[in-house]
Amino acid sequence: MSETAEAKVKEPLFSKKNKKLLTDPLNDDNPITIQVLGICSALAITVQVKQAFVMSVSVLAVMIFSNLIVSLIRNLIPSRVRIIVQLVIVAALVILVDQILKAFVYDVSKQLSVFVGLIITNCIIMGRLEAFALANKPFPSILDAIGNAAGYAWILIVVAIFREFFGSGKLWGFQIIPQSFYEFGYFNNGLMILPPMALITVGIIIWVQRSRNTKLIESN
Amino acid sequence: MDYINIFVKSIFVENMIFAYFLGMCSYLAVSKTVKTGVGLGAAVIFVLAITVPLNFLLENYVLKSGAMTWMGPEFADVDLSFLSFIMFIAVIASIVQMVEMVVEKFAPALYGALGIFLPLIAVNCSILGGSLFMQERQYSSIGEATVFALGSGVGWFLAIVAIAAIREKIRYSNVPAPLRGLGITFIITGLMGIAFMSFMGIEL
Repeated sequence: MSETAEAKVKEPLFSKKNKKLLTDPLNDDNPITIQVLGICSALAITVQVKQAFVMSVSVLAVMIFSNLIVSLIRNLIPSRVRIIVQLVIVAALVILVDQILKAFVYDVSKQLSVFVGLIITNCIIMGRLEAFALANKPFPSILDAIGNAAGYAWILIVVAIFREFFGSGKLWGFQIIPQSFYEFGYFNNGLMILPPMALITVGIIIWVQRSRNTKLIESN
Repeated sequence: MDYINIFVKSIFVENMIFAYFLGMCSYLAVSKTVKTGVGLGAAVIFVLAITVPLNFLLENYVLKSGAMTWMGPEFADVDLSFLSFIMFIAVIASIVQMVEMVVEKFAPALYGALGIFLPLIAVNCSILGGSLFMQERQYSSIGEATVFALGSGVGWFLAIVAIAAIREKIRYSNVPAPLRGLGITFIITGLMGIAFMSFMGIEL
């Protein structure tokens, strides 16, 4: 009964609750640094800003549509087979994204290699489907998807900016550090391009974030 | 390429965690104690060793362009490779479900130990990653694919057991408060990754 009563009181489109869905994942409930979801792809494709950007947009698209679809059919899915149903929906969307990337940005799609396919098992998508879309109406689900994808994207892009700037002196493929610096003996830090530095960069981001926001500190 | 080379390479040089970050989510979430780490690691080896050969057969006899020639010459130019994601994940999800049921029925003790980890594995990136790398690297026989899967599984197992052991010990040290838990785990994994890079270029 209470549910129908609640539905009758029309919620404003951007009520406080809905706004919270959008802004929470950016900081207090960030998918990467707090919920620990979607790390795999976040680390592997942050060598260049362009890759990170394309990856974020792909994840955003897949998340919005999968959250929307799952939320629309949430009452029809038997809970025993829900994982397979979700995987199939996500896989179909990822195939679409993969084909679009191959058609329009072939070189980036080549560099991302298996990681486009791995969006399917990106825990951030499954995690939000399980935790949110299965229990909420379509509109809040879309907001949740946008919020979480944005939270994912900003970490990705910040890590990529650090790695590309220090690792190859470029941003988005353009030379930032002028040639004259190199002539005076400046060297690119080759370590930044290597995979382990992505982990350490994320570690440092977590450090900075948690020292500014002390309520996120874990007990041990 | 011979088997030992693939095996060693997939454990050390192309380690799923330290070189490709696959399966990081469960790696970070389940590595609080060595015991759970061993359980999840064993389950990953098991599932990888089953699904990669299966997907290898699927790839080579159904999905690859011209792979369906065995059904008759009129299928020679059918290319279903765009379906590979959905087929691979379907195989993985159903195998995981099946393994779960079989283990529950015939080895309840093992089921108790692996319990919650088995369903998690369906969405572990390292499993799908194994199949996708198998597809990308085009191993020539099912033997090579199986050895690659076993090696990747063992590499993942090693990584999660090592980090779990370190995390058990680090509880006694004085980590800066904002780094506690997740932060320090990231940094340790990074350092371990640098250590594993010393294996780079090994050929047997």
